Amino acid sequence: MAASTEAAVPLPRRQSGMVRFAKAVALLRESPVGMVGAGIVIAWALAAILAPLISPFDPNSTILPFQKPGAIDPTTGKVFWLGTDKIGRDILSRIIYGGRRVLIYGPIATFCAYAVGIVMGLAAGYFRGWWDSILSRVSDIVLSFPIFVLYVIVISTFGASGLNIVLAIIFASAPGIMRIVRGLTLDLRNRDYVAAAQTRGESPFYIMFVEILPNARGPLIVDACLRLGYVTITIGTLGFLGLGLPPPDPDWGGMVNENRALAPAFPHMIVYPCLAISSLVLGLNLLADGLREISIRD
Amino acid sequence: MPDDARTPVLEIENLCISYFTRAGEIPAVVDFNLTVHAGESVGLVGESGCGKSTVAMAIMRYLGSNGGIVGGSIKFKGRDITHLSDEELRKMRGSEVAMIYQEPMAALNPSLTIGAQLMEVPLIHEGVSEQEAYDRSRQMLSDVNLPDADRVMAAYPHQISGGQQQRVVIAMALLSKPALLLLDEPTTALDVTVEAGIIELIAEIAQKFGTAQVFISHNLGLVRETCDRICVMYSGEAVETGTIGDVFTKMRHPYTRGLFGAIPLPSANKNDRPLVAIPGQLPLPHQRPEGCNFGPRCEYFQDGVCGPQAIAMRDVPGEPRPHQSRCARFEQIDWDAPLGAGQVNEPIEPGEPVLVVDGMRKYYELYDRSVKAMLSGEGVKYVKANETLSFDARKAEIVAIVGESGCGKSTFAKVLMGLETATEGTITFNGDEIESTEVQQRPREQVASLQMVFQNPNDTLNPSMTVGGQISRVIRKFGVESDPDKVHDRVMRLLDMVKLPRDFYFRRPRQLSGGQKQRVGVARAFAGNPAMVIADEPVSALDVSVQAAVTELLMEIQREHGTTLLFISHDLSVVRYLADRIVVMYLGQIMEQGTTEEVFSPPYHPYTEALLSAVPIADTSVDKRKIVLEGNLPSVVNPPVGCPFHTRCPRKLGAICEAERPPVLVDSDTHRIACHIPLESLQAVEPVFFSVAENGSPAGPAAGSATTGSAAGE
Amino acid sequence: MVIFLAKRMGYLVFTMLVVSILVFLVLELDPGNVAQKVLGPYSNEEQRQLWMEANGYLDPLPVRYARWLGDFMVGDFGMSTRFKVPVSEILLPRLGNTALLGLGVLLVMVPLALLLGVLSGMKEGSVQDRTISVFSIATTSVPEFASGVFLVGIFVLWLKWLPGVSNMVGGFDIAQMVLPVAALVMYGFGYITRMTRASMAEVMQTHYIRTAVLKGVPQRQVILKHALRNALIAPFTVIMLQINWLLSGVIVIEYLFAYKGFGSLLLEAALNKDIFVIEACTMVAVLVAVGTQTLADIGYMYLNPRIRFS
Repeated sequence: MAASTEAAVPLPRRQSGMVRFAKAVALLRESPVGMVGAGIVIAWALAAILAPLISPFDPNSTILPFQKPGAIDPTTGKVFWLGTDKIGRDILSRIIYGGRRVLIYGPIATFCAYAVGIVMGLAAGYFRGWWDSILSRVSDIVLSFPIFVLYVIVISTFGASGLNIVLAIIFASAPGIMRIVRGLTLDLRNRDYVAAAQTRGESPFYIMFVEILPNARGPLIVDACLRLGYVTITIGTLGFLGLGLPPPDPDWGGMVNENRALAPAFPHMIVYPCLAISSLVLGLNLLADGLREISIRD
Repeated sequence: MPDDARTPVLEIENLCISYFTRAGEIPAVVDFNLTVHAGESVGLVGESGCGKSTVAMAIMRYLGSNGGIVGGSIKFKGRDITHLSDEELRKMRGSEVAMIYQEPMAALNPSLTIGAQLMEVPLIHEGVSEQEAYDRSRQMLSDVNLPDADRVMAAYPHQISGGQQQRVVIAMALLSKPALLLLDEPTTALDVTVEAGIIELIAEIAQKFGTAQVFISHNLGLVRETCDRICVMYSGEAVETGTIGDVFTKMRHPYTRGLFGAIPLPSANKNDRPLVAIPGQLPLPHQRPEGCNFGPRCEYFQDGVCGPQAIAMRDVPGEPRPHQSRCARFEQIDWDAPLGAGQVNEPIEPGEPVLVVDGMRKYYELYDRSVKAMLSGEGVKYVKANETLSFDARKAEIVAIVGESGCGKSTFAKVLMGLETATEGTITFNGDEIESTEVQQRPREQVASLQMVFQNPNDTLNPSMTVGGQISRVIRKFGVESDPDKVHDRVMRLLDMVKLPRDFYFRRPRQLSGGQKQRVGVARAFAGNPAMVIADEPVSALDVSVQAAVTELLMEIQREHGTTLLFISHDLSVVRYLADRIVVMYLGQIMEQGTTEEVFSPPYHPYTEALLSAVPIADTSVDKRKIVLEGNLPSVVNPPVGCPFHTRCPRKLGAICEAERPPVLVDSDTHRIACHIPLESLQAVEPVFFSVAENGSPAGPAAGSATTGSAAGE
Repeated sequence: MVIFLAKRMGYLVFTMLVVSILVFLVLELDPGNVAQKVLGPYSNEEQRQLWMEANGYLDPLPVRYARWLGDFMVGDFGMSTRFKVPVSEILLPRLGNTALLGLGVLLVMVPLALLLGVLSGMKEGSVQDRTISVFSIATTSVPEFASGVFLVGIFVLWLKWLPGVSNMVGGFDIAQMVLPVAALVMYGFGYITRMTRASMAEVMQTHYIRTAVLKGVPQRQVILKHALRNALIAPFTVIMLQINWLLSGVIVIEYLFAYKGFGSLLLEAALNKDIFVIEACTMVAVLVAVGTQTLADIGYMYLNPRIRFS
C-alpha cells in the first residue's frame, strides 16, 4: 500500500465542469448506436426550438390544398417540400410545429411522472411494510387498466386538453416507474454504505435521496429514454384516435387521421407524419440502447 | 498414445496467455511451466490478478472470445491440446479433465435436478444406458459421503446446503474418472467447519482415484494440507515452484517470503511478531515493470541484476527434489534475516469495561400464515438469532466474536449499532443502556462514539460520492467540526492516518482498489473519535498481502487512540493473531469465551475444538488433530432444544445434551465454557495444535490421533 | 400452494371491486350528468328529472352503487344509448371478435419473438444479435397506427393483394384478418424479443452454463436443455403481460381497419358518451388484464423451481 505522504502536498483542483461534460460525451461515443440515437433526438430538438426560423409557412394557414411534394406556391414562390394537406396547409411546417408539441408535452409529462414515481418507489422500497403494501396495491390497480382503455376513459370523460393529456400520462406511467424504482431501492438498501448511513443516524430522506437515488440513475436514465419514446407514441396515437389536442394545432397523429381517407390518391399526407413520429421514437430507442450498453460496460 | 506411467498427466511449457481488448493486448500469463504426474497434487497459489484461474481456464481451453494462448504448449497425457478442434475438446472436457468451481450454488443449474445433471456425464461421454448412469451417479454420491443419496438425486440444487452442493460438484467431476482434476478455490465460499470436510474429501481423492490435481488457492494453509507440490504465482508469472516442504521452509523468492510474513501463524502474537505487509501494490497487467515483476516492491531489488532484462526461472542447487525460483539474487539474500523492522509492541493494559452485554436476546418473529399453522395454534415461530448473550469489552481491548454463518454475530452487530432493538436483556455502552434505542433516537455523541467498519469493500462506499465528500459528511454529521476549512483539514488528517495520499479526496470509489476502499471505510469509522468500533469481517474480502496491511492499520489506530475493537470474524488465524479475548458463538449462543490463550488451549468447548481443527495452517512446524463434524448447521428457526451443538458434537454425552441447556463452566476468571461435560474431562483433552520435529514426525504432545465423529456427512 | 391460489383469487376480486368503485365514481357520480348522456344534449331539465326518478338515480350513492354492482354481476349492463339495445347483446360478439384477433396475434407473435430472442441472446454481440436487435428496436419505434397505415399502403393500395377494410360484411374472411394481425405483431414482437434476448444473454453468462460446457455437453444440448428452461421463465411473464398491451393495441387497429371488435366498440362509446358501454368495456378489460396477471404470477411460481420447491 502507498506509504504516507508528506503533509505539504498541494491540493489538486477539482476537474472543471467542462472537462467532466466532455468526458461524458466521449463516453457516449463508445456506442455507435447511442450516437445515432442521440443525433436524431438532438436534430428534432433543434427543429422544435428553431421552428419559427426554419418552417417555411405558418402551420395553420390554409394556402393551396392537394399539392404534391415539391410543388411551388405561386404567390410566394416557396416550395411545399412535403406537399399540402386537404385543406391547404403546408405539411412540412405542420410537422415541425407538431414536433414542438410532442417535445414539450412529452418531456413534461415524463418528468412529472418520474417525480411521482420516484417518490413512491423510494418510499415503498425503503420503508417497506405498510408503505409498500399500500403503494404497491395502488399501483397494481392502476396498472391493471390496459393503458389505452385508461386514456380513452379519462379523456372522454374529462375532455381533451393539453393539461388533461399530461395528467393522464402521468397517472398511467407513474405506477410503472414506481415499480422500477422500488425494485432498485430494494436492491440498493442492502448495501453497506446504506447501513453506514443508517448507523450514522441519517434521516430516511437523506438516505433515500442522497445515498440510494443517485446510484439508481443508470437504469432510470435508460428507462426515461424508452418511456419518452412510448409517450411520444401515445400522444401520436391519441391524436390519431381523435382524442388528442383539438384542431387546428398540428398534431402528428391527428394529421394522419384527418387525411386518411385521401391516402390512396395522396399518400404523402400521411406518410410524412408517420415517418416523423417513427424517426423520433427510433432516435430515443437507439439512445436508450446505447446508454444501456455503456452502463453495463461501466 | 501409450499411457506411460512416467508420462506426466499435464505438462505446460512456456505458456503465454493474453487478453485482447480495445486497449490492446494484455498479457495475463507469461512463461509459465508446470508438470503434474498421476496421483500428484500441485497447489497453484497467488493473489488476484496473478493468473492462476487463467491457467486453469487455459487448460480447459475456455478463455472466452477475447482471450487466447499466444505461446508455449499444454500437453495432456503427452498430447498437445493447444490446437484441438472443438469436438475433440468437448470429448476431453468432463471425461479426462474435470473442474471443480468456487461457488457451488452458482455452478449447478437451478432448473435441473441433481440426478439429471450428474447422469449427463456418463451418458454423454460413455454412452451408457440411463439406468446405469443413474446407478453410477448414486454410487458416486455415496462415495463423496453424501447421506441419503436418493433424495439428493431427485432434489434441486437450492434444496441442499452449500457443503452438499460442493460435494455434488465434486461427484460430477469424478464420474467419468478423469485423469486430471482442476480445483478453483473450491472452499472459499464455504463455512470453516464445512470446508474441513471438503478438504478431507479432496485429499482422499488422489489416493482413491489416482487423479492428478491442480489446486488453486490464495490460502497457503489449505495448500499445505492437500498438496504435494506448490507453484507460487505473481502478476502472471510463476515465481517459485517446489515441494511443500522445500518452499514452505526454505523459500527462495522474496514474494513467497512476503506472503508468509503477511499471514498470521498460530505461533504468532500481535505484539511479538506483527504482520508484515508487502509494501506497494500489485501492478496492473498493462503496467508491469520491465525485468522482475516484483521488483518495485522488493527490498533486495538491484538495478542491472533484477532488471531491465526479463528474469528466468532457475534451479535452486543442492536440493534432492526440483526447486526453482525466479529470483535473480536468491543466492545472495539472507533468508534467515527477520522480516520487517523487527518491531515489537508493548502490550496494552485494558481499562474499564466500555461495553457490558447482559442476557441479551434477539428473537425475530416469523409468521406462518398457512391454514395448518393457524389451526394448530403455531402461527408465530421465533428465529432465535441471539440467545442470552453475556460478555463485556474493556477500553483499548480487542474482543473477537467468532462463529460461522447463522451464529448470530451479524444480528448482534445490528442490535449494538441500533439498527435493531433487543427483545430482552441489556447492553450498556459507556454507562448508557442502548439495547432498546434505535439509532435515530440516540444522541449524536453516542452515535459518533460507536461506529462500524463493514465487510464488503465494494459496497462500503457510496459510488456516486467522492471520498472526501463522504468523510466530510460524516464529520459534519457528528458535529466534530462545522467550519468548512476545519472539516477539510480533518479529512486530510484522517487520510494521512489511513496512509492514503491526500489527493484521494477527489477520487470516486471506482477508482480505488479493494484495500484502499477499506481504508476509507476505516477512516470514516474513526472520523468521530469513537470509543468503540465494530469491525465486521473487515478483511475477508481482500487479498492476503492487503489483509495484512489493513489489519495492521486497524491495530495501529486502535493502539494510538485506545479504542475498543469488536472484531467479528470466522477466520481463527487472524483472530488468534490480534484478539485479546475471544467469544465463540454457535447458533445464537455463546459456547465459550476467554482470553486468546485460554480459548486456544484446553479445556475447549467441543465446537471450539472442531473450529480450531478446521483452521488451515501454513506453518510447517505446527500440526493439528483432525476433527471433522458431521451434519449441517441446523436451521435457526428450529434450534435444537438443549445444547444447540448436540446434533454435530463429537463428544456428545447422550440424552442430557438433547434435553437440557448446558451449564456455564467456569475455568478461570475470564474463561467460561457452556457444556455438559465436566470441566475436569475437558481440561484433560489434548491440545489441537502441536509442534512437529524437523523431519515431520510429531514432537509435541501425543501423536496425531484423529478424533472424527461418525462418517462425516459435511 | 392452495393458499397461494386462494390469495391470488382473493386479490383479483379485491382489485375488481376497487376498480368498479373507481369506474362508477368517475362515470356515474353526478346523476344529472348520466341523465344528460343517456338522453342526449338536447333534453331538458324536466325530462332528465323524470328519467332519473324512473331509473332510481335519485337514491343515495352507496345504494346506486350496490344496485349497479348487483346488475353487473348478473350480466345486466344496461342499455346502449347509441345502439339502443342491451349492452350485453353487442358486447359479447365484439369480445369474441377481438379474442379471435388476439389469438391470431399471439399465435404468430410469440413463437417469432421467442425464436428471435433466443437466437440473438445466444451469441451476444454477434452479427446475428445486432441485426435482430436493431430490427426489433426499429419495429417498436413505429406506432401501431403508422404500421397499419404503411401495411395498407403496400398491400392494399399498391400490390392490391389484401382488402383494406376488415368489417367482415360478407361473413368471416381470413384475408381480412391478415393485416390487423400483421400490424399488431409488427409492433408487439419487438418488446418480447428484447426481453427474451436479455434473459438469454444473462443465462449464457452464468456459471452453470460454463459448468455444462466444461462437462463436455454438446453445444446444442447446452442451449436446449440447460439454457432455455432458465431463460424462458422471464419471457413467459412478459408474454402474459403483453395480453394487457393487446387490449390497448386493438383499439387503434380495430378503428383503423373497421374491425368490429371490442376496441372499436370502446372507442365509439367514448366518443359518443355511451356511458354504459364504456363501463362494461372497462370492467371486462380490467378483468382480462388482472386475470392474465394472476395467471402470470401462478405460472412464474410454477416454472421457477426455486420458488416451487422451497
